[in-house]
Amino acid sequence: MIDFALLLFLVVCALAAIQMKDLLSAIMLLGSYSFIMAVVWTRLNAVDVAFTEASVGAGITTILLIATLSRTKRREMGQTVPLVNSVIYGVVVMLTSAVLLYGTIDMPLFGDPGAPAYQHVAPRYIEKSYEETGVVNFVTAVLASYRGYDTLGETAVIFGAGMCVILLLRRKI
Amino acid sequence: MDLIVGKYNYWIYIALMMIGFYAMIAKGNLIKKIIGMNIFQTAVFLFYISIAKVRGGTAPILWEKAILYDNPLPHVLILTAIVVSVSTTAVALALIILIYREFGTIEEDAILKMQEIEPRRRTDSQQ
Repeated sequence: MIDFALLLFLVVCALAAIQMKDLLSAIMLLGSYSFIMAVVWTRLNAVDVAFTEASVGAGITTILLIATLSRTKRREMGQTVPLVNSVIYGVVVMLTSAVLLYGTIDMPLFGDPGAPAYQHVAPRYIEKSYEETGVVNFVTAVLASYRGYDTLGETAVIFGAGMCVILLLRRKI
Repeated sequence: MDLIVGKYNYWIYIALMMIGFYAMIAKGNLIKKIIGMNIFQTAVFLFYISIAKVRGGTAPILWEKAILYDNPLPHVLILTAIVVSVSTTAVALALIILIYREFGTIEEDAILKMQEIEPRRRTDSQQ
């Protein structure tokens, strides 16, 4: 029951965040959205993901957004959208959600141990990773050992993004 | 009933994703678009983490009393994805700051109007 309440609260937070005219309030709502998301992930036993979201998602993203806001305008100007455009937006969103809902028909039920995602490589990690790597936490073992190159690629992405930001914001002489 | 209990997670993630998607295409303010993008991304993450949950499973950390563990693989993928999503947000925000320096506004329609009025001066000043 608490899970369902949390998920509904997420939807309310997201709706409020995109409807706020004051951008600072919208950013704060996004931060609380991220924190609730971290709680949801703790409830789903994804503890590593939860504290990454709480520190990186809710912390750094909020700081970056506020830093941007301090260099730009705080209020969102209301713009008059033509009726045709809003109808098109609505239709596109409805169509996409209909396709996604159709996709969930084939999905295994929530928490099903026979789900395909739990069949192939995941049991292997759970059974062997302690013997092979000596790490108690399976997520850390997979992240740093089995998929180490993946993590290296992630680091390259962060480096690239950092370089991009520095090059973009550098003062021109 | 079984279907509703078994699938409501997926439906919530679709609702969140569509909220983010709507903000990305319909809102004129560029920071609002970034907020929409963030909501969209976390919705995808929620979907992956929902796949990883197994009924009766404990957190994927070695424990002698555990009978069943949750799937650790989606957790790893999403750890990577969260960090990458912050990188994309940072680059997008840097671009927004540049746009503001150039045009003095972060509203999409105002920027488009300015480009229509004086496209020459914009390209000149960049050189």
